Amino acid sequence: MEKTVNQKAWFLVLPVLVLVAFSAVIPLMTVVNYSVQDTFGNNQFFWAGLEWFKEMLDSERMWNALGRQLMFSGIILLIEVPLGVFVALNMPKSGFWSSFCLVLMSLPLLIPWNVVGTIWQIFGRVDIGLLGYTLDALGIDYNYTQDTVAAWITIVVMDVWHWTSLVALLAYAGLKSIPDAYYQAAKIDQASRWKVFRYIELPKMMGVLMIAILLRFMDSFMIYTEPFVVTGGGPGNATTLLSIDLVKMALGQFDLGPAAAFSLMYFLVILLISWVFYTVMINLEKREG
Amino acid sequence: MAADTTMTAASTRSRSKIRINSSAVVMTLYLLFLLLPIYWLLNMSLKTNSEILNTFTLWPNNLTFANYATILTDPAWYMGYVNSLIYVLMNTVISLAVALPAAYAFSRYQFMGDKHLFFWLLSNRMAPPAVFALPFFQLYSSVGLFDTHIAVALAHCLFNVPLAVWILEGFMRGVPKEIDETAYIDGYSFPKFFVKIFMPLIASGIGVAAFFCFMFSWVELLLSRTLTTVDAKPIAAIMTRTQGASGIDWGVLAAAGILTIVPGALVIYFVRNYIAKGFALGRV
Repeated sequence: MEKTVNQKAWFLVLPVLVLVAFSAVIPLMTVVNYSVQDTFGNNQFFWAGLEWFKEMLDSERMWNALGRQLMFSGIILLIEVPLGVFVALNMPKSGFWSSFCLVLMSLPLLIPWNVVGTIWQIFGRVDIGLLGYTLDALGIDYNYTQDTVAAWITIVVMDVWHWTSLVALLAYAGLKSIPDAYYQAAKIDQASRWKVFRYIELPKMMGVLMIAILLRFMDSFMIYTEPFVVTGGGPGNATTLLSIDLVKMALGQFDLGPAAAFSLMYFLVILLISWVFYTVMINLEKREG
Repeated sequence: MAADTTMTAASTRSRSKIRINSSAVVMTLYLLFLLLPIYWLLNMSLKTNSEILNTFTLWPNNLTFANYATILTDPAWYMGYVNSLIYVLMNTVISLAVALPAAYAFSRYQFMGDKHLFFWLLSNRMAPPAVFALPFFQLYSSVGLFDTHIAVALAHCLFNVPLAVWILEGFMRGVPKEIDETAYIDGYSFPKFFVKIFMPLIASGIGVAAFFCFMFSWVELLLSRTLTTVDAKPIAAIMTRTQGASGIDWGVLAAAGILTIVPGALVIYFVRNYIAKGFALGRV
């Protein structure tokens, strides 16, 4: 759509600007403030320059948390994206069953995050949970509070359970926008099922799939509540992802300086991914319109 | 030749039948995977604690609603729901009120810095709550709003206002600009046009934006827990502290969990076709 140039539109945006500035810019400036100062308590601060940033960049702890975080995000993307596409391809296209599937698939997306954690915390327990009990009965040694591998599998499966439907719903929206004529043409050419997927469905889905991947990456990158409820970051530090580590540092130990430096670097990464996301969106719109 | 054709037709039919069946199998398995953990929570919420801990049963043998009764009669529990509902509703109203005019401006006009501003909003939707937990705590403590509903509602505006702007903009761009122009020629003032003509046209968009603001505020725990202690403590925070001296009261915890799913489950049918669009910020 052609947009008219109108500087007075600023007045319409002003309330949003004020509100978001209050809830984003002011807190962020506090973080910046802390990141360059040190304190001996009693609210006496002095200039520390970039010391905290140097300390954090040298700290094993942050790099380990980042490593775990990237591993987590990588694994869940590798599972959720193909699985989501696969589910979308198998969803009924219309009628009662389509609504039925949509409603049930949306359910996990709308459950409070701590309840998602609680559900899996219970589900995986060997004494009272269906999953843990069954695995135990089968003779598989499974204990997510003691064993690193079991803890990782639990939080990965939990995330797959929680968010695969989102990828599937987005892919499904992409699939539904493909005109019937494409399929008819493919039928005339006697294209195989795989070729239909590879040359018609996948290219047409690419846009929404890109959105799905970026959304999932971003949201998994700042995940906190679910793994925190299930494992509390343990056993040891095995599932201490970035946000969990940051909260431990900032609110648990009250290490303001390092936590602030950590926050800012964390935020910069997010900003970078947001920018990629934005560029992808804009290009998509240009291509379509 | 004729026999040959019928054979091919028959084989295609049987093949397509098999394919429908395989799709049904895939969907059944997937839905089973989704529903089993939820069923287990529901199952536990209807059992007594002794049945949960001492026997392993696939469905409640002594059906009891005592866990729900505990929650609905004990103020320490049900006030959690009330608190959550208060700040969630506040947040939804604030978010929509400021987002509606802004989304209109973004969808209709070009102005200085519009693209930067739009991107900046997005970056706030993506901001990790963990980064903001401590500064929010200090900010709201210093202005005396700590442990109030409005503090949590304002804090959640951090991600909900951008979300609402993006979703609403996605819906508004679908409304042709000719409608605005016709209304202005007919002598409508901007506020009158906006409320009387424009808002009914994007009613579904407003509904979807409201739903997502509600949902994202409802599911968030870290900020709401950090900003409250007693008076405005949300249900999510109460749930994480059920560990008493005698261990965890599993039945009540499960019942509390089930009750937090109810608001989403109630409206899910009406927004089922917009879930993807809402999560993708109105871009699908």
